Amino acid sequence: MNKSSMSTAWERLSNGLLKENPTFVLMLGMCPTLAVTTSAVNGLGMGLTTTVVLMLSNLIISLLRKIIPNRVRIPAFIVIIASFVTVVQLLLEAYIPFLNDALGMYIPLIVVNCIILGRAESYAYSNPPLPSFFDGLGMGLGFSFALTCIGAVRELLGAGTIFNYHIMPDSFTPINIFILAPGAFFVLAVLTAFQNYLKITRERAGKDASKIQSGCSEDCMNCTEGGCAKRFYDTSAEKKETEEHASQEPVENDKKEDK
Amino acid sequence: MDSVKDLLLLMISASLVSNVVLSQFLGLCPFLGVSRKIKTAAGMGGAVIFVITLASAVAGVIYKYVLQRFGIEYLQTIVFILVIAALVQFVEMFLRKAMPSLYEALGVYLPLITTNCAVLGVALSNVQKEYDILTGVVNGFATAVGFTIAIVILAGIREKMEYNDIPESFKGMPIVLVTAGLMAIAFCGFSGLL
Repeated sequence: MNKSSMSTAWERLSNGLLKENPTFVLMLGMCPTLAVTTSAVNGLGMGLTTTVVLMLSNLIISLLRKIIPNRVRIPAFIVIIASFVTVVQLLLEAYIPFLNDALGMYIPLIVVNCIILGRAESYAYSNPPLPSFFDGLGMGLGFSFALTCIGAVRELLGAGTIFNYHIMPDSFTPINIFILAPGAFFVLAVLTAFQNYLKITRERAGKDASKIQSGCSEDCMNCTEGGCAKRFYDTSAEKKETEEHASQEPVENDKKEDK
Repeated sequence: MDSVKDLLLLMISASLVSNVVLSQFLGLCPFLGVSRKIKTAAGMGGAVIFVITLASAVAGVIYKYVLQRFGIEYLQTIVFILVIAALVQFVEMFLRKAMPSLYEALGVYLPLITTNCAVLGVALSNVQKEYDILTGVVNGFATAVGFTIAIVILAGIREKMEYNDIPESFKGMPIVLVTAGLMAIAFCGFSGLL
Protein backbone atom coordinates (compact mmCIF):
# COMPACT_ATOMS: atom_id res chain seq x y z
CA MET A 1 0.00 0.00 0.00
CA ASN A 2 1.61 3.29 -1.03
CA LYS A 3 1.25 6.63 0.63
CA SER A 4 -1.53 8.12 -1.47
CA SER A 5 -3.81 5.11 -1.09
CA MET A 6 -3.16 5.23 2.66
CA SER A 7 -4.34 8.80 2.74
CA THR A 8 -7.49 8.06 0.71
CA ALA A 9 -8.26 5.22 3.07
CA TRP A 10 -7.83 7.52 6.05
CA GLU A 11 -9.87 10.24 4.39
CA ARG A 12 -12.72 7.78 3.78
CA LEU A 13 -12.62 6.54 7.37
CA SER A 14 -12.83 9.99 8.93
CA ASN A 15 -15.47 11.00 6.39
CA GLY A 16 -17.77 8.21 7.54
CA LEU A 17 -17.04 8.67 11.22
CA LEU A 18 -17.39 12.44 11.41
CA LYS A 19 -18.01 14.53 8.35
CA GLU A 20 -20.82 12.47 6.86
CA ASN A 21 -21.84 10.41 9.86
CA PRO A 22 -24.79 8.40 8.53
CA THR A 23 -26.95 8.84 11.61
CA PHE A 24 -25.99 12.19 13.09
CA VAL A 25 -25.43 14.09 9.86
CA LEU A 26 -27.16 12.30 6.98
CA MET A 27 -30.00 10.70 8.99
CA LEU A 28 -30.03 7.47 7.03
CA GLY A 29 -31.37 4.11 8.16
CA MET A 30 -33.56 5.34 10.95
CA CYS A 31 -35.66 2.18 11.35
CA PRO A 32 -32.94 0.05 12.96
CA THR A 33 -31.61 3.10 14.77
CA LEU A 34 -34.83 3.45 16.69
CA ALA A 35 -35.70 -0.18 17.05
CA VAL A 36 -32.54 -1.76 18.42
CA THR A 37 -31.07 1.01 20.57
CA THR A 38 -32.77 -0.11 23.77
CA SER A 39 -29.31 -0.67 25.25
CA ALA A 40 -25.74 0.23 24.38
CA VAL A 41 -24.81 -3.41 23.74
CA ASN A 42 -27.64 -3.90 21.26
CA GLY A 43 -26.75 -0.66 19.49
CA LEU A 44 -23.11 -1.67 19.20
CA GLY A 45 -24.03 -5.16 17.99
CA MET A 46 -26.33 -3.82 15.31
CA GLY A 47 -23.75 -1.23 14.28
CA LEU A 48 -20.96 -3.77 13.91
CA THR A 49 -23.19 -6.21 12.04
CA THR A 50 -24.11 -3.46 9.61
CA THR A 51 -20.43 -2.49 9.33
CA VAL A 52 -19.44 -5.98 8.23
CA VAL A 53 -22.18 -6.10 5.61
CA LEU A 54 -21.34 -2.58 4.42
CA MET A 55 -17.63 -3.28 4.06
CA LEU A 56 -18.02 -6.54 2.19
CA SER A 57 -20.83 -5.39 -0.08
CA ASN A 58 -18.94 -2.20 -0.93
CA LEU A 59 -15.83 -4.23 -1.75
CA ILE A 60 -17.65 -6.73 -3.97
CA ILE A 61 -19.76 -4.12 -5.73
CA SER A 62 -16.67 -2.08 -6.42
CA LEU A 63 -14.86 -5.13 -7.81
CA LEU A 64 -17.82 -5.92 -10.05
CA ARG A 65 -18.55 -2.34 -11.05
CA LYS A 66 -17.32 -2.79 -14.63
CA ILE A 67 -19.29 -6.02 -15.08
CA ILE A 68 -22.67 -4.99 -13.68
CA PRO A 69 -24.69 -3.30 -16.43
CA ASN A 70 -26.07 0.08 -15.45
CA ARG A 71 -29.70 -0.85 -16.03
CA VAL A 72 -29.84 -3.78 -13.63
CA ARG A 73 -27.46 -2.39 -11.05
CA ILE A 74 -30.05 -1.98 -8.27
CA PRO A 75 -31.27 -5.60 -8.35
CA ALA A 76 -27.64 -6.71 -8.55
CA PHE A 77 -26.75 -4.61 -5.50
CA ILE A 78 -29.71 -6.01 -3.60
CA VAL A 79 -28.71 -9.59 -4.35
CA ILE A 80 -25.12 -8.95 -3.22
CA ILE A 81 -26.23 -7.18 -0.05
CA ALA A 82 -28.86 -9.80 0.77
CA SER A 83 -26.28 -12.57 0.36
CA PHE A 84 -23.93 -10.94 2.86
CA VAL A 85 -26.79 -10.29 5.26
CA THR A 86 -27.69 -13.97 5.12
CA VAL A 87 -24.07 -14.96 5.75
CA VAL A 88 -23.79 -12.59 8.70
CA GLN A 89 -27.11 -13.74 10.10
CA LEU A 90 -26.05 -17.39 10.02
CA LEU A 91 -22.72 -16.51 11.67
CA LEU A 92 -24.46 -14.58 14.44
CA GLU A 93 -26.88 -17.42 14.99
CA ALA A 94 -23.99 -19.83 15.40
CA TYR A 95 -21.48 -17.79 17.40
CA ILE A 96 -23.26 -14.90 19.18
CA PRO A 97 -26.74 -16.31 19.83
CA PHE A 98 -27.69 -13.74 22.48
CA LEU A 99 -27.17 -10.88 20.04
CA ASN A 100 -29.12 -12.77 17.41
CA ASP A 101 -32.04 -13.10 19.83
CA ALA A 102 -31.86 -9.46 20.88
CA LEU A 103 -31.77 -8.09 17.34
CA GLY A 104 -34.13 -10.69 15.91
CA MET A 105 -35.91 -9.60 12.79
CA TYR A 106 -33.85 -6.46 12.39
CA ILE A 107 -30.85 -8.42 11.12
CA PRO A 108 -32.46 -9.56 7.85
CA LEU A 109 -33.91 -6.06 7.58
CA ILE A 110 -30.36 -4.71 7.15
CA VAL A 111 -30.99 -5.47 3.48
CA VAL A 112 -33.36 -2.53 3.18
CA ASN A 113 -31.19 -0.19 5.23
CA CYS A 114 -30.72 2.97 3.22
CA ILE A 115 -27.08 3.39 4.21
CA ILE A 116 -25.89 0.26 2.46
CA LEU A 117 -27.68 0.74 -0.83
CA GLY A 118 -26.89 4.44 -0.65
CA ARG A 119 -23.14 3.83 -0.30
CA ALA A 120 -23.18 1.19 -3.04
CA GLU A 121 -24.89 3.58 -5.39
CA SER A 122 -23.11 6.79 -4.54
CA TYR A 123 -19.60 5.51 -3.81
CA ALA A 124 -18.73 1.89 -4.45
CA TYR A 125 -20.19 1.74 -7.96
CA SER A 126 -17.88 4.48 -9.20
CA ASN A 127 -14.71 3.98 -7.15
CA PRO A 128 -11.91 1.40 -6.90
CA PRO A 129 -12.12 -1.45 -4.35
CA LEU A 130 -9.75 -0.20 -1.66
CA PRO A 131 -11.31 3.22 -1.03
CA SER A 132 -14.76 1.61 -1.28
CA PHE A 133 -13.82 -0.90 1.39
CA PHE A 134 -12.63 1.87 3.71
CA ASP A 135 -15.65 3.97 2.86
CA GLY A 136 -17.81 1.07 4.06
CA LEU A 137 -15.68 0.68 7.16
CA GLY A 138 -15.86 4.39 7.98
CA MET A 139 -19.58 4.64 7.39
CA GLY A 140 -20.16 1.46 9.38
CA LEU A 141 -18.07 2.64 12.31
CA GLY A 142 -19.84 5.98 12.23
CA PHE A 143 -23.15 4.16 12.33
CA SER A 144 -21.96 1.91 15.19
CA PHE A 145 -20.73 4.95 17.12
CA ALA A 146 -24.06 6.70 16.71
CA LEU A 147 -26.12 3.66 17.64
CA THR A 148 -23.98 3.02 20.71
CA CYS A 149 -24.39 6.64 21.83
CA ILE A 150 -28.16 6.60 21.38
CA GLY A 151 -28.35 3.18 23.05
CA ALA A 152 -26.25 4.41 25.97
CA VAL A 153 -28.48 7.45 26.51
CA ARG A 154 -31.63 5.36 26.41
CA GLU A 155 -30.16 2.70 28.69
CA LEU A 156 -28.93 5.34 31.15
CA LEU A 157 -32.29 7.07 31.41
CA GLY A 158 -34.41 3.94 31.13
CA ALA A 159 -32.48 1.54 33.35
CA GLY A 160 -29.74 3.59 35.01
CA THR A 161 -26.96 1.54 33.47
CA ILE A 162 -24.53 1.69 30.56
CA PHE A 163 -23.25 -1.60 29.11
CA ASN A 164 -24.98 -3.19 32.13
CA TYR A 165 -22.78 -1.25 34.59
CA HIS A 166 -24.67 0.74 37.20
CA ILE A 167 -23.97 4.41 36.67
CA MET A 168 -26.80 6.26 38.28
CA PRO A 169 -27.06 6.57 42.09
CA ASP A 170 -29.58 4.33 43.79
CA SER A 171 -31.91 7.24 44.43
CA PHE A 172 -32.46 7.54 40.66
CA THR A 173 -35.74 5.99 39.53
CA PRO A 174 -35.33 4.64 36.00
CA ILE A 175 -37.65 6.30 33.51
CA ASN A 176 -38.87 3.09 32.02
CA ILE A 177 -40.40 4.69 28.97
CA PHE A 178 -36.99 5.40 27.46
CA ILE A 179 -36.30 1.77 26.74
CA LEU A 180 -39.81 1.31 25.38
CA ALA A 181 -40.91 2.39 21.92
CA PRO A 182 -42.00 5.97 22.75
CA GLY A 183 -38.59 6.77 24.26
CA ALA A 184 -36.94 6.13 20.91
CA PHE A 185 -39.10 8.77 19.27
CA PHE A 186 -38.35 11.30 22.01
CA VAL A 187 -34.59 10.74 21.89
CA LEU A 188 -34.58 11.08 18.12
CA ALA A 189 -36.76 14.19 18.37
CA VAL A 190 -34.24 15.86 20.66
CA LEU A 191 -31.41 14.79 18.39
CA THR A 192 -33.01 16.23 15.26
CA ALA A 193 -33.94 19.39 17.16
CA PHE A 194 -30.28 19.77 18.12
CA GLN A 195 -29.29 19.31 14.47
CA ASN A 196 -31.83 21.92 13.43
CA TYR A 197 -30.37 24.27 15.98
CA LEU A 198 -26.84 23.70 14.68
CA LYS A 199 -28.00 24.20 11.13
CA ILE A 200 -29.81 27.41 11.93
CA THR A 201 -26.90 28.91 13.86
CA ARG A 202 -24.43 27.90 11.14
CA GLU A 203 -26.54 29.40 8.43
CA ARG A 204 -26.80 32.63 10.40
CA ALA A 205 -23.02 32.68 10.68
CA GLY A 206 -22.93 32.34 6.91
CA LYS A 207 -21.41 28.86 6.83
CA ASP A 208 -22.44 26.07 4.54
CA ALA A 209 -24.72 23.69 6.40
CA SER A 210 -26.30 21.90 3.47
CA LYS A 211 -24.69 18.61 4.50
CA ILE A 212 -26.72 18.44 7.69
CA GLN A 213 -30.01 16.76 6.94
CA SER A 214 -32.57 17.26 9.62
CA GLY A 215 -34.61 14.16 9.91
CA CYS A 216 -36.06 12.65 6.82
CA SER A 217 -36.15 16.15 5.28
CA GLU A 218 -39.01 16.53 2.84
CA ASP A 219 -39.56 13.11 1.44
CA CYS A 220 -37.65 10.49 3.25
CA MET A 221 -38.10 7.85 0.60
CA ASN A 222 -35.71 9.84 -1.47
CA CYS A 223 -33.26 9.33 1.30
CA THR A 224 -31.43 12.62 1.27
CA GLU A 225 -28.34 13.08 -0.84
CA GLY A 226 -26.93 9.61 -0.16
CA GLY A 227 -29.63 8.81 -2.66
CA CYS A 228 -31.15 5.41 -3.00
CA ALA A 229 -34.82 5.18 -3.63
CA LYS A 230 -34.68 8.30 -5.75
CA ARG A 231 -32.65 6.54 -8.39
CA PHE A 232 -34.52 3.27 -8.21
CA TYR A 233 -36.84 4.28 -10.96
CA ASP A 234 -36.11 6.40 -13.94
CA THR A 235 -39.63 7.74 -13.81
CA SER A 236 -39.37 8.86 -10.21
CA ALA A 237 -39.09 12.54 -11.13
CA GLU A 238 -42.38 12.40 -12.95
CA LYS A 239 -43.91 10.45 -10.06
CA LYS A 240 -42.72 12.97 -7.54
CA GLU A 241 -44.25 15.72 -9.57
CA THR A 242 -47.63 13.99 -9.54
CA GLU A 243 -47.32 13.43 -5.84
CA GLU A 244 -46.51 17.06 -5.19
CA HIS A 245 -49.39 18.00 -7.38
CA ALA A 246 -51.66 15.69 -5.41
CA SER A 247 -50.52 17.13 -2.13
CA GLN A 248 -50.95 20.69 -3.36
CA GLU A 249 -54.48 20.24 -4.53
CA PRO A 250 -56.10 20.03 -1.11
CA VAL A 251 -54.39 23.25 -0.11
CA GLU A 252 -55.88 25.07 -3.05
CA ASN A 253 -59.28 23.66 -2.27
CA ASP A 254 -58.98 24.81 1.31
CA LYS A 255 -58.17 28.29 0.14
CA LYS A 256 -61.20 28.36 -2.10
CA GLU A 257 -63.38 27.30 0.72
CA ASP A 258 -61.95 30.03 2.90
CA LYS A 259 -62.94 32.64 0.38
CA MET B 1 -65.04 -21.36 15.50
CA ASP B 2 -61.87 -21.42 17.50
CA SER B 3 -59.72 -20.56 14.51
CA VAL B 4 -61.94 -17.58 13.61
CA LYS B 5 -61.54 -16.31 17.15
CA ASP B 6 -57.79 -16.76 16.93
CA LEU B 7 -57.67 -14.84 13.67
CA LEU B 8 -59.70 -11.98 15.15
CA LEU B 9 -57.38 -11.81 18.14
CA LEU B 10 -54.40 -11.83 15.78
CA MET B 11 -55.91 -8.93 13.83
CA ILE B 12 -56.33 -6.84 16.96
CA SER B 13 -52.87 -7.65 18.19
CA ALA B 14 -51.17 -6.97 14.85
CA SER B 15 -53.00 -3.73 14.10
CA LEU B 16 -53.26 -2.08 17.51
CA VAL B 17 -51.28 -3.76 20.27
CA SER B 18 -47.98 -4.22 18.47
CA ASN B 19 -48.52 -1.49 15.91
CA VAL B 20 -46.07 -1.80 13.04
CA VAL B 21 -44.73 1.77 13.14
CA LEU B 22 -45.30 2.85 16.69
CA SER B 23 -43.93 -0.18 18.45
CA GLN B 24 -41.86 -2.01 15.83
CA PHE B 25 -40.51 0.97 13.88
CA LEU B 26 -41.07 -0.66 10.52
CA GLY B 27 -42.10 1.60 7.66
CA LEU B 28 -40.96 4.68 9.51
CA CYS B 29 -39.91 6.49 6.36
CA PRO B 30 -43.32 6.78 4.68
CA PHE B 31 -44.85 7.32 8.11
CA LEU B 32 -42.79 10.48 8.59
CA GLY B 33 -42.41 11.43 4.95
CA VAL B 34 -45.92 11.15 3.49
CA SER B 35 -48.00 12.28 6.45
CA ARG B 36 -48.43 15.95 5.76
CA LYS B 37 -52.00 15.73 4.46
CA ILE B 38 -54.75 13.31 5.46
CA LYS B 39 -55.61 12.64 1.82
CA THR B 40 -52.12 11.56 0.78
CA ALA B 41 -51.69 9.65 4.03
CA ALA B 42 -54.85 7.69 3.34
CA GLY B 43 -53.66 6.98 -0.23
CA MET B 44 -50.35 5.72 1.09
CA GLY B 45 -52.20 3.59 3.65
CA GLY B 46 -54.37 2.07 0.92
CA ALA B 47 -51.33 1.22 -1.18
CA VAL B 48 -49.57 -0.33 1.82
CA ILE B 49 -52.61 -2.48 2.68
CA PHE B 50 -52.79 -3.65 -0.92
CA VAL B 51 -49.10 -4.47 -1.28
CA ILE B 52 -48.52 -6.04 2.14
CA THR B 53 -51.54 -8.32 1.88
CA LEU B 54 -50.49 -9.44 -1.59
CA ALA B 55 -46.83 -9.77 -0.67
CA SER B 56 -47.50 -11.84 2.44
CA ALA B 57 -49.67 -14.19 0.38
CA VAL B 58 -47.04 -14.59 -2.34
CA ALA B 59 -44.17 -14.89 0.14
CA GLY B 60 -46.12 -17.49 2.13
CA VAL B 61 -46.78 -19.60 -0.95
CA ILE B 62 -43.18 -19.37 -2.11
CA TYR B 63 -41.85 -20.23 1.33
CA LYS B 64 -44.06 -23.27 1.68
CA TYR B 65 -43.88 -24.70 -1.83
CA VAL B 66 -40.42 -23.70 -2.98
CA LEU B 67 -38.07 -22.92 -0.10
CA GLN B 68 -39.31 -25.51 2.38
CA ARG B 69 -39.76 -28.16 -0.23
CA PHE B 70 -36.17 -27.95 -1.40
CA GLY B 71 -34.79 -27.28 2.06
CA ILE B 72 -33.32 -23.89 1.24
CA GLU B 73 -35.03 -21.82 3.92
CA TYR B 74 -31.83 -19.89 4.58
CA LEU B 75 -32.29 -18.11 1.26
CA GLN B 76 -35.50 -16.46 2.49
CA THR B 77 -34.09 -12.94 2.82
CA ILE B 78 -32.77 -12.87 -0.75
CA VAL B 79 -35.83 -14.52 -2.24
CA PHE B 80 -38.33 -12.37 -0.36
CA ILE B 81 -36.72 -9.06 -1.23
CA LEU B 82 -36.49 -9.95 -4.91
CA VAL B 83 -40.04 -11.30 -5.00
CA ILE B 84 -41.40 -8.19 -3.29
CA ALA B 85 -39.51 -5.82 -5.58
CA ALA B 86 -40.69 -7.70 -8.65
CA LEU B 87 -44.22 -7.94 -7.32
CA VAL B 88 -44.52 -4.21 -6.70
CA GLN B 89 -43.24 -3.46 -10.20
CA PHE B 90 -45.64 -5.97 -11.68
CA VAL B 91 -48.63 -4.68 -9.69
CA GLU B 92 -47.81 -1.17 -10.82
CA MET B 93 -47.74 -2.18 -14.49
CA PHE B 94 -50.89 -4.26 -14.12
CA LEU B 95 -52.84 -1.49 -12.42
CA ARG B 96 -51.76 1.05 -14.99
CA LYS B 97 -53.09 -1.09 -17.83
CA ALA B 98 -56.09 -2.77 -16.24
CA MET B 99 -57.48 -0.48 -13.58
CA PRO B 100 -56.55 3.13 -14.30
CA SER B 101 -58.85 4.50 -11.60
CA LEU B 102 -57.22 2.42 -8.88
CA TYR B 103 -53.83 3.34 -10.34
CA GLU B 104 -54.71 7.00 -10.02
CA ALA B 105 -55.44 6.50 -6.34
CA LEU B 106 -52.62 4.17 -5.34
CA GLY B 107 -50.13 4.05 -8.20
CA VAL B 108 -48.13 7.06 -7.15
CA TYR B 109 -47.23 5.44 -3.87
CA LEU B 110 -46.33 2.01 -5.19
CA PRO B 111 -42.70 2.72 -6.13
CA LEU B 112 -42.19 4.22 -2.70
CA ILE B 113 -43.11 0.93 -1.09
CA THR B 114 -40.61 -1.39 -2.79
CA THR B 115 -37.88 -0.74 -0.27
CA ASN B 116 -40.27 -0.31 2.63
CA CYS B 117 -39.06 -2.45 5.46
CA ALA B 118 -42.61 -3.08 6.67
CA VAL B 119 -43.33 -5.30 3.65
CA LEU B 120 -40.22 -7.40 4.07
CA GLY B 121 -40.68 -7.34 7.84
CA VAL B 122 -44.16 -8.83 7.66
CA ALA B 123 -43.06 -11.56 5.27
CA LEU B 124 -40.14 -12.46 7.54
CA SER B 125 -42.11 -12.37 10.77
CA ASN B 126 -44.76 -14.64 9.23
CA VAL B 127 -42.03 -17.18 8.62
CA GLN B 128 -40.43 -16.64 12.02
CA LYS B 129 -43.70 -17.17 13.86
CA GLU B 130 -44.49 -20.19 11.66
CA TYR B 131 -47.86 -18.92 10.52
CA ASP B 132 -49.65 -20.88 7.81
CA ILE B 133 -50.53 -19.03 4.61
CA LEU B 134 -54.02 -17.86 5.67
CA THR B 135 -52.84 -16.65 9.09
CA GLY B 136 -49.93 -14.95 7.36
CA VAL B 137 -52.22 -13.07 4.99
CA VAL B 138 -54.48 -12.01 7.87
CA ASN B 139 -51.45 -10.89 9.83
CA GLY B 140 -50.18 -8.91 6.84
CA PHE B 141 -53.53 -7.27 6.27
CA ALA B 142 -53.95 -6.36 9.94
CA THR B 143 -50.41 -4.99 10.16
CA ALA B 144 -51.06 -2.78 7.15
CA VAL B 145 -54.36 -1.60 8.63
CA GLY B 146 -52.42 -0.67 11.77
CA PHE B 147 -50.00 1.32 9.60
CA THR B 148 -52.90 3.13 7.92
CA ILE B 149 -54.52 3.98 11.27
CA ALA B 150 -51.26 5.39 12.57
CA ILE B 151 -50.35 7.42 9.48
CA VAL B 152 -53.85 8.91 9.09
CA ILE B 153 -53.95 9.96 12.75
CA LEU B 154 -50.48 11.48 12.46
CA ALA B 155 -51.49 13.35 9.30
CA GLY B 156 -54.57 14.70 11.08
CA ILE B 157 -52.48 15.95 13.97
CA ARG B 158 -49.91 17.49 11.61
CA GLU B 159 -52.63 19.35 9.71
CA LYS B 160 -53.85 20.87 12.96
CA MET B 161 -50.33 21.60 14.12
CA GLU B 162 -49.39 23.60 11.06
CA TYR B 163 -50.44 26.93 12.54
CA ASN B 164 -49.09 26.35 16.03
CA ASP B 165 -46.24 28.34 17.43
CA ILE B 166 -43.36 25.87 17.67
CA PRO B 167 -39.81 26.69 18.85
CA GLU B 168 -37.63 27.23 15.81
CA SER B 169 -35.35 24.25 16.35
CA PHE B 170 -38.31 21.93 16.79
CA LYS B 171 -39.96 22.91 13.52
CA GLY B 172 -40.31 20.15 10.94
CA MET B 173 -39.13 16.67 11.84
CA PRO B 174 -38.51 17.00 15.61
CA ILE B 175 -42.06 18.00 16.46
CA VAL B 176 -43.42 15.22 14.26
CA LEU B 177 -41.24 12.76 16.17
CA VAL B 178 -42.51 14.10 19.50
CA THR B 179 -46.05 13.64 18.19
CA ALA B 180 -45.22 10.09 17.13
CA GLY B 181 -43.79 9.43 20.59
CA LEU B 182 -46.98 10.62 22.26
CA MET B 183 -48.99 8.46 19.87
CA ALA B 184 -46.79 5.52 20.78
CA ILE B 185 -47.57 6.11 24.46
CA ALA B 186 -51.27 6.20 23.63
CA PHE B 187 -50.95 2.95 21.68
CA CYS B 188 -49.23 1.37 24.69
CA GLY B 189 -52.68 1.58 26.27
CA PHE B 190 -53.89 -1.09 23.88
CA SER B 191 -51.55 -3.63 25.42
CA GLY B 192 -54.13 -4.26 28.13
CA LEU B 193 -56.57 -5.32 25.44
CA LEU B 194 -55.36 -8.89 25.06
